[in-house]
Order: sequence, then structure tokens, then C-alpha cells
Amino acid sequence: MSNAETASKTTFKLDDYQSPEYSTWCPGCGDFPILKCLKESLMAQEIGPHQVMIVSGIGCGSKLPYYIRANGYNSLHGRALPIAQAIKLANHALKVVAVTGDGDGLGIGGNHFLHAMRRNPDITHLIENNQIYGLTKGQASPTSDKGFITSTSPEGCIESAVNPIALGIACGATFIARTSSGDPKHLTEIITRAMKHKGYSLIDVLQPCVTFNKVNTYQWYKQRIYNVETQPDYKPTDRQWAFSKALEWGDKIPVGVIYQDTTLPTYEDQVPVIKELPLVQQEFNGRVKQDAEKFKEAFC
Amino acid sequence: MTIKIGGEAGMGVESGGAGLVKALTRGGLYVFAFQDYMSRIRGGHNFFQIRVNTQELYGFTDDVHLLIAFTKDCIERHKNEVVKGGAIIYDEALGYDAASITELGITPCPIPLTKLATEIGGHRIMANTCALGATAGITGYDFERIKDIIETNFRKKGEDVIAKNIAVAKAGYDAAHDKYAKDFQFKLETVNTNPAQRRMVLHGNQAIGLGAIAGGCKFISAYPMTPATSIFEYITSKANKYGIVSKQTEDELAAILFAIGANHAGVRGMTCTSGGGFSLMVEALGLASITETPLVIAEVQRGGPSTGLPTRTEQPDLEFVIFCSQGETPRIVIAPSTIEECYEMGWRAFNLAEKYQCPVIILSDLYLSSHLRSIDKSRFDIVNTPVDRGDLLTNKQLDSITNYKRHAFTESGISPRAIPGHRNGVYVTTSDEHTEDGYAVEEAEPRNKMMEKRMHKYDAALQEMKAPELYGDKDAEITFVCWGSPYGAVREAVDTLRKNKTKANLLKFTDLWPFPADKARPFLEKAKYLIAVENNFTAQLASLIRRCTGIEVDSKILKYSGRPFSSEEILARLKKEAEVHV
Repeated sequence: MSNAETASKTTFKLDDYQSPEYSTWCPGCGDFPILKCLKESLMAQEIGPHQVMIVSGIGCGSKLPYYIRANGYNSLHGRALPIAQAIKLANHALKVVAVTGDGDGLGIGGNHFLHAMRRNPDITHLIENNQIYGLTKGQASPTSDKGFITSTSPEGCIESAVNPIALGIACGATFIARTSSGDPKHLTEIITRAMKHKGYSLIDVLQPCVTFNKVNTYQWYKQRIYNVETQPDYKPTDRQWAFSKALEWGDKIPVGVIYQDTTLPTYEDQVPVIKELPLVQQEFNGRVKQDAEKFKEAFC
Repeated sequence: MTIKIGGEAGMGVESGGAGLVKALTRGGLYVFAFQDYMSRIRGGHNFFQIRVNTQELYGFTDDVHLLIAFTKDCIERHKNEVVKGGAIIYDEALGYDAASITELGITPCPIPLTKLATEIGGHRIMANTCALGATAGITGYDFERIKDIIETNFRKKGEDVIAKNIAVAKAGYDAAHDKYAKDFQFKLETVNTNPAQRRMVLHGNQAIGLGAIAGGCKFISAYPMTPATSIFEYITSKANKYGIVSKQTEDELAAILFAIGANHAGVRGMTCTSGGGFSLMVEALGLASITETPLVIAEVQRGGPSTGLPTRTEQPDLEFVIFCSQGETPRIVIAPSTIEECYEMGWRAFNLAEKYQCPVIILSDLYLSSHLRSIDKSRFDIVNTPVDRGDLLTNKQLDSITNYKRHAFTESGISPRAIPGHRNGVYVTTSDEHTEDGYAVEEAEPRNKMMEKRMHKYDAALQEMKAPELYGDKDAEITFVCWGSPYGAVREAVDTLRKNKTKANLLKFTDLWPFPADKARPFLEKAKYLIAVENNFTAQLASLIRRCTGIEVDSKILKYSGRPFSSEEILARLKKEAEVHV
């Protein structure tokens, strides 16, 4: 908690992030690479288990905090973002990562998602997007493609899918990237870049649900994704360009950093109270006691 | 005596009323005032009722001695409340039929309020200042006190505004004094004008905010909802100066979650709302309970259900806040019944929350949140606010800890809490049932132990839940049972009964959950005739008493019209229901 503690740079080994818990994920689940890449990214960034807070919602992917040794808060379905933002406000010395699924982050947590983005808190939001509800065994999710057949959409989904990238651009997210759990190297790199970004960073991680989603498989993604950053017209600071990329879906799916704005202050930057010290390190109520009479006078 | 000021929203009823309350308090008088307002910004009918005395007051009376009416509608609505020998001050321009007032034995006092405001002050809005002056004029109250309050209230608006308002008030004062003071028998006199001995004037929401700040509240997150918003606004007004982060959230779900996040990170954080917002918070209430995160929620009740009566008082949420949540989750519920208790619970809630690592609900109500009283400064002991952060590990303690378990089994059920950030205090916690070290678990044995650990907090908390407070005769014929804002009216009803030689007392419950049954039982068993007085339909405190002690009250005086009790009403209904001669 002390400044020295959180600011100290130490080298960490992958073992330092090793949780004693065994994963309950299905063999081959897209969540495994996400967990591994997050650990590798933290290690590469020299962020220790005590210097990061991982907040998740509920769902298969949201079990992630159990499987990594780090400060973790496995909250409620859809509710990771408000808790993550508050932890950052109360102790901005901590790096904060929110991990949600697609139903979790974009369905039940949709309103929190919109408002988190417009505030630009300095947190990273990783969406484990497998386009299906896995833990409840295979129902349609907000990112399920139109026509997608599940137990609750037997004739195929008739709604169009939520587009987290387009929504992010519209709502003021300042770092928006897409990657996939089929490409761990890229995934690690994106996590690191997202965490280094000052402000809200959104990572849409395309990942298969090997048990319930027989359409959007590793192979399906692999055939479609291309790295937008190697394209000659790559302009991630251009909102219009980014929006046109955000709308690409189907035969070609762009991955990489699609939009980034480094000019805006974070939410925490604009809260005068925490300019100097993290809130949790500030004095308790000494000034209030000192001004006790002033407080009372104001009512006289 | 009682002064009532009424008119449309936007006419300055509230600001004029508040000004008068302060002017009277600064003269050393005791004031009790409350507002009645509608859920609209302009129009409708609002009033501000001010009772003033040389003795301390706890409630209002139904009789009005002086009515200040800005509209005809106001005269129509309230003229029958004015006592014989009373007076109605109104704008001459209303052209109200004075004879119909005289008929009632009341003096009509038309004064050109708007005309004086426009001619002398340059704006019709100053009609309320003019009425303020007229009130002093007819009651013989020292004009210096009116001048003084205008100077205070308009300090930020500059000399010119102050001078104009004083001139308008003086014109109102002279008009009323010269024409009507002679025949008006109810007079007001200053008792003590020593600024060092001034009393405070505040409402319950400000007091909760003040208590919270005194108790080290560092974080408030809320979504605006009447009648809780003024807690949020008060704390926010002090935020930058006293190192408090204030966050208006997208909804009440986020409001409680932000407060949970802040507490989890190690600062004292709270949220505030009314019943509707609290409904949305129920989900996260369970989260705080199972993750053992300290949390303070101020729930200021209003008339329900659903949107209900947004600007009216009621006490309909007692059972709701005690029993809501899927699963069985510990929480503490305390309910203030006076402004002083609002203050006390503002800081005490944080101590309880951190000590027992669970949600604490301060259950207030609209009447308590909005009525004003003059109170001695000594009742708010900010300097000596007791602080108990419970079993919170220091960095030094953490330095020598290995294998930290956040939810460790202990005798008391309370596990030492580490603030995230220390190398040896790394842990995960979860909304799932979990092991001592915070990992999800489904096996029977750890589940049983964890459930018992959490629920056993009640045993410890019960030790410090306060017994009901007795006021009045020890051996009473009649014992009232109350909680929350009706206390003031019940207390005055007890005083009246005792004055009329009926032995009476009251039991005021503040600490409601876990219910201090063993402490309450001796009082309840001793009572000869128990009467519950509650602002709800189902007598929820009476139900709680029966549930926890097996004792049934003999009678109930209930009110769910959205209006507060007066002591006269309680006595009238007592007479009817218990056939007791008063």
C-alpha cells in the first residue's frame, strides 16, 4: 500500500503469478491463452501480483482471478466495471484490469460499459468474446451473429450483434484493440500496450468456446483475421477511419489497435483530490477535526 | 407560535422560510420547521411551517398563528388552520376578499408585497424578502435579525443586492408594523444574540453527511434520488477541501458497486438513495456481505411503492432493508429518529461496517431529511469522533505475515483485513461461496463453516446494538413504541399526557437489526399498554418486535398519507383507539 511498495520495480518470474487453484475451464478453452498472456504481460511490464487488481464479473472467463496469483475481485455478473473504476479512484497506484465476458460486459453490464468509456478511467477492460453464453451452457449472447442457432434461438438470432469496437469509438474509449486467443504473441503484445495506455483501454479478444460454439472456432477466426496495423492506410488516431474498420466483420475481421487517442486526460487526472496522493494513502479525518468549528459555523 | 409560509414553487417559499428560521435562531429562539413540497419545480402549492418557542421543540403543531400567503390558493387551503386572533399576511394585489377572513376571527393583513419589491428592490422576486420583513413587523421581532440574515445570505451577491433586499424588507416591516402590529397579540422577542452562542440549524441529511465526514468518509458514489440527494450534495460540497472523492454514477447499481470498490481498496466509502434506488442495490448488498466488504448505505425512505410519493414521508422499508437479498446475508440496520442521531449514525455506521465487515444501512426518512431544528453546537462533537477501523492490518503487521488468508476462520468470525497493495496481502475474493483464501468452493464442509462464520457476526454485533431508549414516566399507563422521525411528535404527545396527569412514556428504537431482543424485552414486558406509532400501513416495527420477542403491541397508530404526525393527531387517535381519557 505504501508508495515505496507499489512504485518499486522488481523482476518477477512467471511462477510469481502461479495460483494454487486448478482451472475448471474445458480443455482447449480460449480462456487459457488469455490467462497465460496476461501473466506474461504483467511479468514483462514488471508489475507484481500486489501491484495489480484484477476485477471480473461472472462467467467462465470471469473465473480468471482464481487462476492467477494477484489481487483479485470476482464480482457479480455484469458488474466488474464500476468496481474496477472505484478501486482505481481509491488507489490509483494499483494497475487495474477488468475482465468480462461478452454477455457479462456487453449485455447485463452494458450500461456500465457505456459510461465507463465516456469517463476515460485509467483501467484496462478485456472482453473475452466467444459470442455465446458458456457457463450457462450455450445460449445466445449479445455478440452472437445474426442467424446463430442456440438453445434459446433455435431459429437463429434475429437481433444484430453488439459491436464493441464501434460502441467504443462512439462512447469515447481512448484505446480500442481487437486480438484473438488463437494468436498468443499478439494477445500479449496488445495487453501490454493497452495497460501502458493512459486511459480506458478496451481489448476485444475473439476466442472460441470449444464446447458450445461450433461456428466461431479457432479455425473460423484464423481464416478471417488480419492485422490492421500492417495496412498502408493505417490511421488509428483518425476516428472516421477507425469507425470504418470497426464495421468490418464477416469475411475479413481486423485485429490490432484500431483506435487510440493519447491526448485526453484520464478521469483520475481530473479529480483534484487525488492529484498528489492516492486516496487510500491520505490522512484520515485530521483536517475535518481541525475545522470542526467551521463546519458548525456554516449552519449557524 | 407557528408561522406558515405558502405559495407556488419558484416563489421563494423555501428560501424565505429558511431565512426566517435562521433569523429566529440567531435571536436565541428554538425553531422547528418543515417543508411540504411537490414533485415539480414551478407552480403547484408548497409551504414552509415554522414553529418557534423559548423551549426546545421536537415537532410541529397543527395550529397556525400567522399565515404568509403568496397565492389565493394558499389562503384557501390554510385559513382554517389559523387560530382566532391570528393573522394572514398576503399580497394586496391578490385582491382577496378580506371579509371572508375576518369572519373566521382572523385579521386580514394585505400588504403590497410585490409592489414594494418592484419599486424599491427592482424585482418582484423580492416579494418574499418583503414578507420576511412584514413577519418581523407584525410580531415585533427585532429588525436587526432580519437585516443580519439578509447580509449573510446575500454576501456572495454583493453590496447592491444586500442593500436592496434590506430596503425591501424594511418597507415590509414598516407596512406590517404600522398597520397591523397593534392588534396582533402573538409576539416574538430575541432571547440571546451573542454570536458565540448561536445554535445550528440543519436537517437530517446534512447531519448524516456531517457525521460521515467527521468519521473519515473518503468516498461517496450516488445517483440522485429524492429525498436522499442532499446527503450526496452536502458531502460533495466538502469533497475537494477535505479529500473526499465524490462520484455521480450512471445508476444505483453502479452507485453501490463504486462504494464497494472504494471500501475494498481501503477507504471509507458510502452511497445514499431512497427505496427505489435501494431496490436496485439489493444485488450488490449480497456481494458486500459475501466478500465481507465494509459498506455504508443511507436509505432515506419516501412514500412507496414504485415511484410512489416522491416528495412525501413514509417508513415503509424497514422489513425490506432487513430481509432483502437472495441467500442469507448479514447486515446491520440502524435508524435515526432525530437530527442529532443522524449525525451520530453518520460516523457510527462506518465503525460498525469496518468492525463487522458487512453492509450497514442507515434507515432515515423524508421528514427527518428535510425538517429543520435549532440545535446546540455541543451536540455535534466532531473533534472527539470515535473511530474504530476494526481488524484492519497495518503495513507493519503485513510485513511479517506469510500465507495471508482474507477470509480466515477466527473465533469472532471477523478475519483480519488487508488493504490491497502490500506484497504479503495479495488475495482474491469472490461472490461465490469460497474458502478461507477466497477461492470458489462447492463442498459442504467449507460452505457450512463459511456460512456460520458470516452469520456469527450477528452474535458479536448484537452486543453493541442499543436497547430502546425510554422517555417519560417509569411506571406508565401508556407506552408508545416508535422509530424514525415520528419520535418528535410522540415525545411531545408524551409530554402533553404527562402534563394532563396521565402517566406515559415512549420506547424509541434506533438499532433495529440485528434486533436487540434481550435488551428490549424487559421494557416491553413492563409496559401496561403498548401502542406502535409508525408512518406505514403494516406496522413494521410492531411486526419485528413480535417476530423477535413474541410480544404483540396492544394498539397501532399508523399513517401512510405521506404526511408526518403532529402530537395533536397522535393524541386524538389515541383517544379514539384506546378510549383513554386525555
